[in-house]
Amino acid sequence: MQIFPRSSNAISKASIVGVIVIVATLFWFLMQLQGSPYVTWQGVRKAQPIPFSHQHHVTGLGIDCRYCHTSVETSSFAGIPPTKTCMNCHSQIWTNAQMLEPVRASYRSGESIQWTRVNQLPDFVYFNHSIHIVKGIGCNDCHGPVDQMPLMYQAGSLQMQWCLDCHRDPEKHIRPRDQVFNMRYEQPSSSAPVQIDGVSYSDQESLGAALTKKYQLRTVQDITSCNTCHR
Amino acid sequence: MADHLKQSAVVERAPVIEPGHSFATVTDKISSIVLTRPTTNGWIFGFAVSFLATMMMLFALGVLFLKGVGIWGINIPIGWGFAIVNFVWWIGIGHAGTLISAILLLLRQSWRNSINRFAEAMTLFAVACAGVFPGVHTGRPWLDYWMFPYPNTMNYWPQFRSPLIWDVFAVSTYFTVSLLFWFIGLIPDFGTLRDRAHNKYAQMIYGLLSMGWRGSARHWARYEMAYLLLAGLATPLVLSVHTVVSFDFAVGIVPGWHTTIFPPYFVAGAIYSGFAMVLMLAIPIRKIYNLEDFITDRHLQNSAKVMLATGWIVAYGYAIEAFTGWYGGNRYDAGLLYNRLHGPYAFWYYMLLLCNIGIPQLLWFRKMRTHPVFLFLISFVILVGMWLERFVIIVISLTRDFVPSSFGMYYPTKWDWMTYIGTIGMFLTAMFLFVRILPMISIFEIRQLLPEAKVEGKH
Repeated sequence: MQIFPRSSNAISKASIVGVIVIVATLFWFLMQLQGSPYVTWQGVRKAQPIPFSHQHHVTGLGIDCRYCHTSVETSSFAGIPPTKTCMNCHSQIWTNAQMLEPVRASYRSGESIQWTRVNQLPDFVYFNHSIHIVKGIGCNDCHGPVDQMPLMYQAGSLQMQWCLDCHRDPEKHIRPRDQVFNMRYEQPSSSAPVQIDGVSYSDQESLGAALTKKYQLRTVQDITSCNTCHR
Repeated sequence: MADHLKQSAVVERAPVIEPGHSFATVTDKISSIVLTRPTTNGWIFGFAVSFLATMMMLFALGVLFLKGVGIWGINIPIGWGFAIVNFVWWIGIGHAGTLISAILLLLRQSWRNSINRFAEAMTLFAVACAGVFPGVHTGRPWLDYWMFPYPNTMNYWPQFRSPLIWDVFAVSTYFTVSLLFWFIGLIPDFGTLRDRAHNKYAQMIYGLLSMGWRGSARHWARYEMAYLLLAGLATPLVLSVHTVVSFDFAVGIVPGWHTTIFPPYFVAGAIYSGFAMVLMLAIPIRKIYNLEDFITDRHLQNSAKVMLATGWIVAYGYAIEAFTGWYGGNRYDAGLLYNRLHGPYAFWYYMLLLCNIGIPQLLWFRKMRTHPVFLFLISFVILVGMWLERFVIIVISLTRDFVPSSFGMYYPTKWDWMTYIGTIGMFLTAMFLFVRILPMISIFEIRQLLPEAKVEGKH
């Protein structure tokens, strides 16, 4: 005695394939969502109390990163400049600009400007700026073309795979120390070689190998060990 | 003379199925339990109590999720407490079901036909109960999916060198294969229930589950092949799953864990406790549902003999552990032996020896093997003993390891007990539902045992 019509045979067979397709699609969708800016905030220009333009100050005026982010070479934290740093110039220029009123208010009251943090790592990650600088990792390797950002955004996904892409193969990213703050640095090519200690390198492969040795980078095994970042 | 001896041997063995049954009476008797027998007050009471215990477990787990594993009695140096004791205990219990359904099938032990269905159900429910503990003991159970290898944004795989990951695969494979095996075995019986049900919804549900079973010769041929293949797949799992569970300990260097005898000794212990659980379920079930015709003294005897045999393998394991501690010359192993015999948990070690080696020796007597009440009690004692075995292995080893400054004690809290008793409730809840809505004895496999089924071919 059959309860169901003959056509249910086809439905049940299709459902086998259907379940696989649906589960796979769901999984794919979740993977895409997890990598999307909805989760990572990558590329999202967050609103700031003052629409500070890195593009204007770096490309337009030629100010070095370290003028404001003073502790980047010596500390884990690059440093957010105090209002006084702004006022070094803005007590002289654009003194009446409406846009800069929050800066002047902060200067008068002594209250810090509440910037919205853009590049935020989770608290269970130990990260240190100075070691990256001293080993020849450029600012824009992680922060992207900051000199072309009218409003700051996060360039990388800051997910663990993004960290590991470099930690598993640092030679592809390392550059001479004096080029770390050069936002327009390009990796060596035959037309534009890089000179180190009198030797000319025309490709990143040989330069990376030489710098790894010169700057005494720890082994890949060391810098991909769990407790390098999760202490 | 020889004929006479043969005759008496046959007479002495109880039959697998009592005489006087036909295809129709077998089908009637088993399917009526599900389809026409009214729900008794006893069933409702038992179900309610088990269900309450399940709710207690969920409450304890809810508190655990809110507050963390600190509510349990574990603390360094005892990172593994009740959770792992109970996990190993439950997963071991499950092993008897697979042994009965797969290995005894391949060995053509026809007596298995009347107990394989609920033994397999027992396996599934026991593995489900076991699965609760590793799932919640991780501290952050909402990240449990990290245990599975899947492409992720961390660009990391689980640590494949860790036996804990082997455990994930062993247990999930075991559950999947057991579920498939159980379900495939149920399909012909689902067909029977569909045909005999009068309730429209029952017909729909059983019809859906029977997957269009018509009982044609082709269906049977394919069914037999699929069942045999799955039995072949399940057979190595009987040995492999508890072997991998034992690696959780044996791969570690803690004294009392780091021994090569663990895999066989764990597997034997698993089957030991599993048959005890089978008997603890079979004895009341056959009484309540008047199934003495199908679950005969033969089944009780055979199960008791399996327990006696595996019990001695376990005893051998204890003896070798003690011998190695004494003879091996390793001061930490010797210290462990001393702690088992004279340490703070020595009482429980002696209880373990009493429950697992002492009392089960009563099974040498035929009267004990066929007396349901005594057999029930001995099975209970064995289950307690096997639980104590895991407690002794985990807690005594962890409380006293290498450095005296890191010695500690372990006291389970009420949350430990609520979770443990709760899983027993969950197990019984599932069993109560199972006997009420599914045929607890395989109808068609019992029919194969009848004289009617043995049709003489004409050559």
